[in-house]
Amino acid sequence: MTDTASNTPAANTPADRARASELSAVGRFLKATELDTRMLGMVGALLVIWVGIHILSGGLFLTPRNLWNLSVQTSSVAIMATGMVLVIVMRNIDLSVGSVEGVIGMIMGVAQAEFLIRVIGFQLGNPWLWIIALVVGVVLGLVIGAFQGFIIAYLEVPAFIVTLGGLLVWRGMAWLITNGRTVAPLDATFQLMGGGPRGSIGATASWIIGIVACVAVAFALLNGRSQRKRFNFPLRPVWAETFLGVVSCAAILGAVWIANSYPWPIGIVRQYAQQNGITIPEGGLFIAHGIAIPVLMAVAVGIVMTFITKRTRFGRYVFAIGGNPEAANLAGINTRWVTMKVFMIMGVLAAISAAISSARLNASTNALGTLDELLVIAAAVIGGTSLAGGSGTVLGAMLGALLMQSLQSGMVLLGIDSPLQSIVVGAVLVVAVWLDTVYRKRV
Amino acid sequence: MADKTAPTSTALIDMRNISIAFGGIRAVDDASIDLFPGEVVALLGHNGAGKSTLIKILSGAYKRDAGHIFVNGEEASISNPRDAKKYGIETIYQTLALADNVDAAANLFLGRELMTAWGTLDDVAMEAEARRVMGRLNPRFQRFKEPVIKLSGGQRQSVAIARAILFNARILIMDEPTAALGPQETAQVGELVKQLKSDGIGIFLISHDIHDVFELADRVCVMKNGQVVGTARTTDVTQDEVLGMIILGKCPPGAIPGPGALKIAA
Repeated sequence: MTDTASNTPAANTPADRARASELSAVGRFLKATELDTRMLGMVGALLVIWVGIHILSGGLFLTPRNLWNLSVQTSSVAIMATGMVLVIVMRNIDLSVGSVEGVIGMIMGVAQAEFLIRVIGFQLGNPWLWIIALVVGVVLGLVIGAFQGFIIAYLEVPAFIVTLGGLLVWRGMAWLITNGRTVAPLDATFQLMGGGPRGSIGATASWIIGIVACVAVAFALLNGRSQRKRFNFPLRPVWAETFLGVVSCAAILGAVWIANSYPWPIGIVRQYAQQNGITIPEGGLFIAHGIAIPVLMAVAVGIVMTFITKRTRFGRYVFAIGGNPEAANLAGINTRWVTMKVFMIMGVLAAISAAISSARLNASTNALGTLDELLVIAAAVIGGTSLAGGSGTVLGAMLGALLMQSLQSGMVLLGIDSPLQSIVVGAVLVVAVWLDTVYRKRV
Repeated sequence: MADKTAPTSTALIDMRNISIAFGGIRAVDDASIDLFPGEVVALLGHNGAGKSTLIKILSGAYKRDAGHIFVNGEEASISNPRDAKKYGIETIYQTLALADNVDAAANLFLGRELMTAWGTLDDVAMEAEARRVMGRLNPRFQRFKEPVIKLSGGQRQSVAIARAILFNARILIMDEPTAALGPQETAQVGELVKQLKSDGIGIFLISHDIHDVFELADRVCVMKNGQVVGTARTTDVTQDEVLGMIILGKCPPGAIPGPGALKIAA
């Protein structure tokens, strides 16, 4: 394990050494760990908001119950924000995601609660109900995305206009499908995607997932290191790698611990005990929620989307096109097809969000996802996605979604009136982007 | 050079009777030009004479309205940049055409990424290759992790040049390759051109600097108003005569006149 920077030619130039010695302790730490300062800033802002609201609300915010709810509430917007990153990186915008979410939620609801049962003759509770509904939703998301993407990429209508039209069209369609009637209740299995006591995986499974995730983090760090060693590139110092690994694992296991500290409500415990013939002991029965299924879905989407942006050719092209569309074209990239694919991904993600939101409501309404497009765009932008194109990260957008949701549910906890909530959210968005602009100029 | 470019050998590139119009303006009008292995042909002319447009047809950025392109004597169909690269035609654009937000390695391999056995980007291998080729061009270059927008003009230029020579180009198009460079870096590019030439690569050089041209090029081809004024060996004409071609369209005795040559009243 001969390590570090000093034995490689790259870090051995006088310029590099001079630069390293100029840095302060903080600077050296950041350089060694290769952490993104903007991302750290966001985490810092998030912690400030959390602690601030916690204190102001008299200790209501940083409780397992509230944090667990926060995670479930964030999932839907966070999932769409990961796709919005790609859209915005390519210098486009998608104003239609909320309406697409609405129309797909409606169709999935009608499919499982009415069409498959009345027309095809499925029995209630048939496992195919939720599977077919979900597949129909996802395919529809893909088709809607492809349709809008085709108009944008091949017919060269600006994305702003196409998706502004989509905003109206899909919302109108959501209404037309049932003439405004709400469809409820949804299939029992489908509902699990909305979270709740049964829509969570329980303590044991949560710990297993947490440990698997930690092993994966360790493996990723080791793999990255051996890859760089193979070509004799500068390596991060061992202490920095260890630090990153320990912090990541602590965050993962901490999140699992919080999810496992939130017990089922007493009524549901009683019901569960009755069904399973358990007698409730003296001090009550503690059954933990564990991680909610929608949160797992959001994390899975986040991992897949990060993989797509960082490790695939497609992701590389999305960023190159955002940086310089003409250069990408001259490099032989089929920019139109890449654009269309980005909108197809956005459509699929809107469908997944539609499943989560309607499952959580246990109903499909034509108002589902109203104004979500703005939350999604705000989340991506707060998360460091530049509207000028070319830069943004999936993790940042998901953190942005969490930040927005923290503010909103925090203000609800504080009993702030809803008009004032809008004012605060709007102001935060503008201030966040201003700070980001300042940051970009300085660095 | 003369024996290398003997007329009996097949031309690397032979563009015949190329025309293209943009909304009624004939940017290139019936232009023909050829290039032999190990030869540097300079394209000269005023701004708007059609040099860049002609060359962008060869690199696949524009689609020609009429004319034929032969590569090694065989007719080539070039309708996009990917086609051109298949024929070994690489271009260094005046604007450099770099994706500013990604690093040097990503730019070098843009559109031709190295992949791992898993079908994912092999960033490490690409960085290794980038270090190798950049080490040859610009040994002091170390900023492999930074987006190219943070690099200096000369460094960006070397990234663009490295991209063009990385994939064993047989034909290199250089559109104002030294426009952003200082004297020392310009000299470096000159050295590179000579080196590539001795490797048998054919080079089209677009330049405003007539001194550069006479130092590096074997032949000059002058364009005016979208037409070729004439083509000449640099040994057969003087710099003043070439200036006359550029400004007046007057073809000197040492040059082979093209369709754009000033018609002498009969």
